[in-house]
Amino acid sequence: MQTALLEMRGITKVYPNGVVANKDVHFSLREGEIHAIAGENGAGKSTLMKIMFGMEEPSDGEIVIKGEKVKLQSPQDAIDRGIGMVHQHFMLVPSFTVAENMVLGMEPRKGVGINYAEAVRMTEETARKYNLAVNPKAKVEDLTVGMKQKVEILKALLRGAKILILDEPTAVLTPQETEELFRELKQLREQGHTIVFISHKLKEVKAICDRITIMRGGGSEGVFETRDVSEQEISRLMVGRDVVLKYDKDQMAYGKPVLTVDQLEVNDPQGKALLSKISFSVRQGQIVGIAGVEGNGQTQLIEALTGGLHGVSSSGTVQVNGTDIREADILGIRKLGVSYIPEDRMRQGSAGEASISDNLISTRYRSKDMNKGVFLNGSRIASLAASLVEEFRVRCSGPAQPIGMLSGGNMQKVVVARECSTGPQLLIAEQPTRGVDIGAAQFIHQKLLELRSENCAVLLVSADLNEILEISDTLLVMYEGQIVAYFEEPSKVSEEELGLYMLGINRQDERQTGRAINHV
Amino acid sequence: MNSLLNVIFTTDFAFSLLRVTTPILFAALGALISNRAGIINIGMEGIMLVSALAGVIVSASTQSAWVGLLGAVLSGTLIAGILAFFTLKFKTHIILGGVAINMFASGGTVFILYLLSGDKGSSTSLASKVLPSVDIPLLKDIPVLGPILSGHHILTYLSILAVFVVYYLLNRTPLGLRIRSVGENPHAAQSVGVSVVKIQYTALLLSGFFASLGGAYMSMGYLSLFTRDMIAGRGWIAIAAESMGRSTTVGTALTSLLFGAADALSNALQVLKIPAELIATLPYVATVIGLIIYAVSETRKKNRKLKAPLTK
Repeated sequence: MQTALLEMRGITKVYPNGVVANKDVHFSLREGEIHAIAGENGAGKSTLMKIMFGMEEPSDGEIVIKGEKVKLQSPQDAIDRGIGMVHQHFMLVPSFTVAENMVLGMEPRKGVGINYAEAVRMTEETARKYNLAVNPKAKVEDLTVGMKQKVEILKALLRGAKILILDEPTAVLTPQETEELFRELKQLREQGHTIVFISHKLKEVKAICDRITIMRGGGSEGVFETRDVSEQEISRLMVGRDVVLKYDKDQMAYGKPVLTVDQLEVNDPQGKALLSKISFSVRQGQIVGIAGVEGNGQTQLIEALTGGLHGVSSSGTVQVNGTDIREADILGIRKLGVSYIPEDRMRQGSAGEASISDNLISTRYRSKDMNKGVFLNGSRIASLAASLVEEFRVRCSGPAQPIGMLSGGNMQKVVVARECSTGPQLLIAEQPTRGVDIGAAQFIHQKLLELRSENCAVLLVSADLNEILEISDTLLVMYEGQIVAYFEEPSKVSEEELGLYMLGINRQDERQTGRAINHV
Repeated sequence: MNSLLNVIFTTDFAFSLLRVTTPILFAALGALISNRAGIINIGMEGIMLVSALAGVIVSASTQSAWVGLLGAVLSGTLIAGILAFFTLKFKTHIILGGVAINMFASGGTVFILYLLSGDKGSSTSLASKVLPSVDIPLLKDIPVLGPILSGHHILTYLSILAVFVVYYLLNRTPLGLRIRSVGENPHAAQSVGVSVVKIQYTALLLSGFFASLGGAYMSMGYLSLFTRDMIAGRGWIAIAAESMGRSTTVGTALTSLLFGAADALSNALQVLKIPAELIATLPYVATVIGLIIYAVSETRKKNRKLKAPLTK
């Protein structure tokens, strides 16, 4: 029986606004293990980590490190006790060099100034010791995401961290970077470090972690040896039900085309083709999915459909119900009945400090319904917000709560509620369930299907194969700015087959991909 | 036109350029430090005004210019400290705090002046002291350069020295690194145990320190007495200089010099037959033009960034 390196007993955290983020959570960490904390968004993982790192103080409960009861009142306390954290949003100063970021707060001195040579040397030494190559003199803003993460890990190690907390570290990484990270983490474990790995990606948890603590609804559901539990079991414990991405879909008779894109070409100012010969249509009652490895033109395509072509050189047509929208602005496009769920709910999808109800009416505050003379119609807005919050099961203290206080999944539900409730002709959904928990994802999928049965045309762009194969009626694959495949029955396409097209190994002839526009 | 050139291309004009730049430069360096810490001190004008009066009062009562300077610096730094206290402790909005300080200084200095001298306009009845000017040996005998660079007020030399000190402070010291990190990503600073509040306190106090040197110069060098609202917008011009200088030390110093030139020009042109009132607007017109140029270039840069996603 190993004794615990760090133990959290009966941790409860109640925020001043009454939200109970953690209730009676037990967590115990063994030296030299990689320990996963898995749970849905809003299950309390992040709060527990903030408490472990001294960023939040628990309302109740105690933290014991190596048998000694401790109080962690600031990150500095945690750092002093050998705890380091790699935040999901990197804690780096972009204009500083790697070395400057490394030594910030513990600068080596020469007289009254900083000894930069020593800072570079310290960085190089730490990098060598842990086999994490970085260039100490590079500016952080010029680094790739994977490199920035390395700097973050090194920063913690330089400060003597023996326990490393990584908050959803793979969310921002490419598959290759993820593999590299896993190699590095295993190496750190061999060197005697203990790692807390927060994630809701079950495959990753299975791949790298020794043990797993599962959280649900603010409490801990128990701790398991990873090899003893299957992904299905973990998933059941996380959401309290078996998650099977299977939906009952009625066969729809598609109506007339709502969105028609014909021979769309977009070049960047240097003349490089970003999109070439894009042709497809989305009809009433049809969900057209676009799959592809990220960075193959999906972002540019979405921008082209949502007002981003304004002032950009392009050719071809983009029509919504027969109206060309290439030169239209966002309001003009929305007036045609287009709704848009953006990929980035924090920056594009919502205004963090505004209330849920303000966010809900942000696309329709101009309408007569929402106004009374020169003023907004408060009671009408309140009842609309209340009913949407209920219908979309947004977990919050009320429609007046700032949206930024919600968990990712609930925030996304608000965005989806706004976009789906205006009776759209066309819904463009960009990664609608990225980073949200399985429960919320299922709910969002149901909503997309409901819109479909209301004869709305839906364009779904997603990197989540499970989602795109299950939801779409028709599937397109994008590779290097082109449509390279067209499938009529996505649910019969295997992931392996799809992968060949996504990676550019296979490509259908133009007669087949050309069917995307007329579907015949 | 000839007479205009005759006015500008003289050693007198170059000399006066340095003379009028001094208060702007001090305050701009102060604004630079607080801005880099992510906190905009718009109370520069008020801080300068208070320290200008304090310098006169303290030097008059102690009959020592140096003690007067100390009094000016202490009082200006204290005002900045009060601003910091309300902003950082009680979370008052920094702009409101700055406005309050400017209004308080404008009225309060007249009130105190009247209490002590019985005069609401100037401190002529107070026997205040002036800090010395310095002739630099050897340099003063060099033709052209000598008359331009030698014989300046001691605070003018100090202001030039301050440019190097601030540069070193911001770019080469631990405090500077922390100030910049707090301004750019306070979360990053906090996550490694740097106290954001402490750094911002320090930065605001330093901004007050530099602004009060500018204030002291106004009443104990530029003029030898305090007059009502004598800072005349120099604190604001300094803030403009700082932002036009793109928050870099060198840029701030250069734009301060530019605004100083406009100021010096308006002084020099008064000998010509152009209405004095029109000429007196020159520094402010320069400020407005400068800010417009700055705003346009910033907007262009931002627009380019907004377009970036489609062009990447």
